[in-house]
Amino acid sequence: MVAAEPAVKIAVRDLTIRYGARAVLEGVSLEVRAKEVFGIIGPANSGKTSFLRALNRMDSFAPSMKVEGQILFNGRDVRAWRNLYSLRRRIGVVFPLPVGLPLTIYDNVALAPRLAGVRKKEDLDVIVERCLMRAALWDEVKDRLDSLGSLLSGGQQQRLTIARALSQEPELLLLDEFSIAVDPVTTMRIEDVLKDLKNEITIIMVTNLVQQARRLADRMAFFLGGECVEVGEKEDLFAGKVKDPRTTAYMEGRFG
Amino acid sequence: MFAPTSLNARNRRTQKLVKLLFLLMTLLLVLPVLMILGVLVARGGPMLSVEFLLTQPTKGMTAGGIFPALIGTVWLVAVALLVSVPVGVAAAVYLSEYAPENWLTRTINLAIINLAGVPSIVHALFGVGAFVLFFGFGTSILAASLTLAIMTLPVVIVATREALQAVPKAFREACWNMGATRWQTIRRVVLPNSISGILTGIILEVSRTAGETAPIMFTGAAFFLPFLPQSVFDQTMAMSLHLFVISTQVPGVPEGLPYGVALVLVLMVLAMNALSIGFRMWLRGRKKW
Repeated sequence: MVAAEPAVKIAVRDLTIRYGARAVLEGVSLEVRAKEVFGIIGPANSGKTSFLRALNRMDSFAPSMKVEGQILFNGRDVRAWRNLYSLRRRIGVVFPLPVGLPLTIYDNVALAPRLAGVRKKEDLDVIVERCLMRAALWDEVKDRLDSLGSLLSGGQQQRLTIARALSQEPELLLLDEFSIAVDPVTTMRIEDVLKDLKNEITIIMVTNLVQQARRLADRMAFFLGGECVEVGEKEDLFAGKVKDPRTTAYMEGRFG
Repeated sequence: MFAPTSLNARNRRTQKLVKLLFLLMTLLLVLPVLMILGVLVARGGPMLSVEFLLTQPTKGMTAGGIFPALIGTVWLVAVALLVSVPVGVAAAVYLSEYAPENWLTRTINLAIINLAGVPSIVHALFGVGAFVLFFGFGTSILAASLTLAIMTLPVVIVATREALQAVPKAFREACWNMGATRWQTIRRVVLPNSISGILTGIILEVSRTAGETAPIMFTGAAFFLPFLPQSVFDQTMAMSLHLFVISTQVPGVPEGLPYGVALVLVLMVLAMNALSIGFRMWLRGRKKW
């Protein structure tokens, strides 16, 4: 990566997201530091997913989604980015439901490097093996790389999705409730992978599981009804040092 | 667990009745097909022979074979496909993958539906005006095939668009999120997974094109020609028009002849449909998600 990486990876200022006339997120301002795991917790409909979608300009897929305010990625407004493809190449995304593309396992992981212009078989082999290894999937699939990725089990497909996201060599990884369709053992394996990754890339993780945020996050935000109620160090939040008592109430499971 | 109540029994009776009704309607649908085929085979079957397929009509079309018409239909269908497939598939890809949701797209979609609803005789007159006269192709295979192409474009477009739409949106978003452009996504993920539906649509179009009479009557199909077409600027005989002609325009045709021609035409179309069904089954066997 570039030697002088900015300390602030993502700076969001006064972000408002609307679908049609309905605002799902209003006036959110926060910063995500480079190479930290930033957890976002909050009940359903709190705007967590919309927040992630705005970061890599997924609003351009949905005509009704309107984004106002500023999102700076490495200090540059994502909406001033002329080449959206190069922006998205730097940001890996993993969704709640795994998407194994109907390609072979090998081609799933080799897709992004190929799009970026890697042609040599040897280079692709190295990338595929490394990404599958890091996503804790290599041992299970190394003998059948040419079978279809979409025929793997749910948990395996989710790890394939993560391997694919890693194959982009992203600077930023967005995870949206990645463990919702995955069994607990696989979840723990993926969490181990994320712990390894966090020294190398920035991770923003939306999760419904407060304990998962506790295990992985450095800092956390609490979203509620389209509002960012709280941002702080994980230790502080779990120690009860909060600005808004609703944060503690949610984390202790008293509502949500 | 629970004793059957009278309500339960009544529900079951209704269920049986409804099912029977639907079954009857389905059988009603099959009946005409079987009757048509039965009559054609019974009366036209004896006409069929290699000689019938491969020789010229003789004695003022009251005897002999159908070779020029058979070849003519192949010409017409081939040239029509050459035009309508690239245009139709490209248009469908645009409408499904690129077009923004606005009044222009809605207008185009409406136009396609309307194009499908235009009677074929109107297409024929359009073909005379546009291709025969305005573009100066004369009455020729080119003019007739272009007319057929325009007429069957909606079939190709709608079938292709539906095949594309059947590919889950999640696949596209996953690709876009990796930084793939629209075209890269279409080429690597969308098209390979919709090709079976697209080909099915094309084969349906073939069978429709082969059977049409009105659009080619004024634009390129001839009453009788003693020779085969040499280029797309020649006129040609065609199966459908030949059937019309010997059934209504020529005196003294033996009774079996029109049935023989009709049987060959129907068999051509059925063969195409069977091909499409077989192909679809083969591809479904290797469906990837």
